[in-house]
Amino acid sequence: MSYYEPKDLADFPNITEWAQKEGNKFFDYYGAATGAGKLTEREKSLIALTVAITQNCPYCIDAYTTKCMSLGISGEEMMEAAHTGAAMMAGVTLAHTTQMRKIIKKKEM
Amino acid sequence: MEARDQLRILSQIGDIPSLSEKIREANRCPLCAKGIDILQINTGRRCNLSCRHCHVDAGPHRREIMSRAVLEKCLDILSSFPISTIDITGGAPEMNPYLEWFIGESSRLDRRLIVRSNLTLLLEERYRHFMDVFAKNKVEIVTSLPDYLETKSDRQRGAGVFGKVIAALRELNSIGYGMKGSCLRIDIVHNPVGAYLPGSQAALEREYHERLGSEHGVHFNELFCLTNLPIGRYLDYLIKSGNFEDYLSTLWHSFNPAAIENVMCLTTLSVGWDGSLYDCDFNQMLNLTVNHGAPTNIMNFDMDKLKNREIVINNHCYGCVAGCGSSCQGSTTAGD
Repeated sequence: MSYYEPKDLADFPNITEWAQKEGNKFFDYYGAATGAGKLTEREKSLIALTVAITQNCPYCIDAYTTKCMSLGISGEEMMEAAHTGAAMMAGVTLAHTTQMRKIIKKKEM
Repeated sequence: MEARDQLRILSQIGDIPSLSEKIREANRCPLCAKGIDILQINTGRRCNLSCRHCHVDAGPHRREIMSRAVLEKCLDILSSFPISTIDITGGAPEMNPYLEWFIGESSRLDRRLIVRSNLTLLLEERYRHFMDVFAKNKVEIVTSLPDYLETKSDRQRGAGVFGKVIAALRELNSIGYGMKGSCLRIDIVHNPVGAYLPGSQAALEREYHERLGSEHGVHFNELFCLTNLPIGRYLDYLIKSGNFEDYLSTLWHSFNPAAIENVMCLTTLSVGWDGSLYDCDFNQMLNLTVNHGAPTNIMNFDMDKLKNREIVINNHCYGCVAGCGSSCQGSTTAGD
């Protein structure tokens, strides 16, 4: 048994349990934020998939890979989006070396 | 796979409740027809293609072809009752030797006339004249194109099929089909190339228009999203690829009670090649004839017994009530 089980994805609608009011507000927000607006549903699904991959969420990766496939987004397009996410993660990591370099420069004789 | 084996597999779905139970929970049991608005005529199972998702299990090896006598009976019924749509399907309808005659006779009845064509036959010399036959009789063409990407589409329908469909679309565009201001309609059916459900019909239609227009210079009217029902070759695929249980589970979790309202069997009567009557083309392929006292062959047609007949439901029907709903005319709810 794994901590993450694929069938647990179906439990997502139940996250309102024991905090119904807040949970419902989250789902209202979630629906509004992920539905088509000025950005298309395709674009938002690729953003969601990329965030899911960079944040290592297996449930979201499962859900949004399938959603992207349903919307006709190809494997090549999804991989391209994943590389954008990977590049951002690398950039975010390296940008934080500024703090590291500043400290080194301040403290080294 | 034999129909009885498919039905056995569809009855063994573990913890997933049967669709009959879900219909009962939604207070829609028994599910009854609301008249006959569409007569869908399956002219035979012969086809020049052998697509991997085909629920008919159609192909060049099939010999079942609707006889002229059954077609004449269809015309007789259509003349007698105000059934608004004649929906001709197959196999490849062009391979029925009576199709041209039947289209001419149907056209005189002044009904909405649909032919579901794979288009590839229209490029062959023997069948090329059907482009003009369709145009002359204002036939609405519905054709399958599972994806706007050639590689994905050909994985499902066979190598080279995408290119032929595009070539035929170009010729049909040149005689007015799918063009702005023209009364000649051609619609495309999208179905997923794999074990997942179709996405938003509106979003996919936009993408199809954009890709097919810019990359191939072809045009069409509407896109219909069709969920793959777990029967026929698609059921074989689900089982062999280890996706059967997950797919059934996805259909169950996507069950949409609102989709029951417009499910196509409520207004459709499906006629098999031998005149047998069914609630839809999918039930036809599982040998599930109409039931509950309605006549099971068109030769015994009885409008009073058929128009409000109880629909025959099985677990494959989950496909028509999942997500935005699915039918031969695309999504059945305004969910997208």
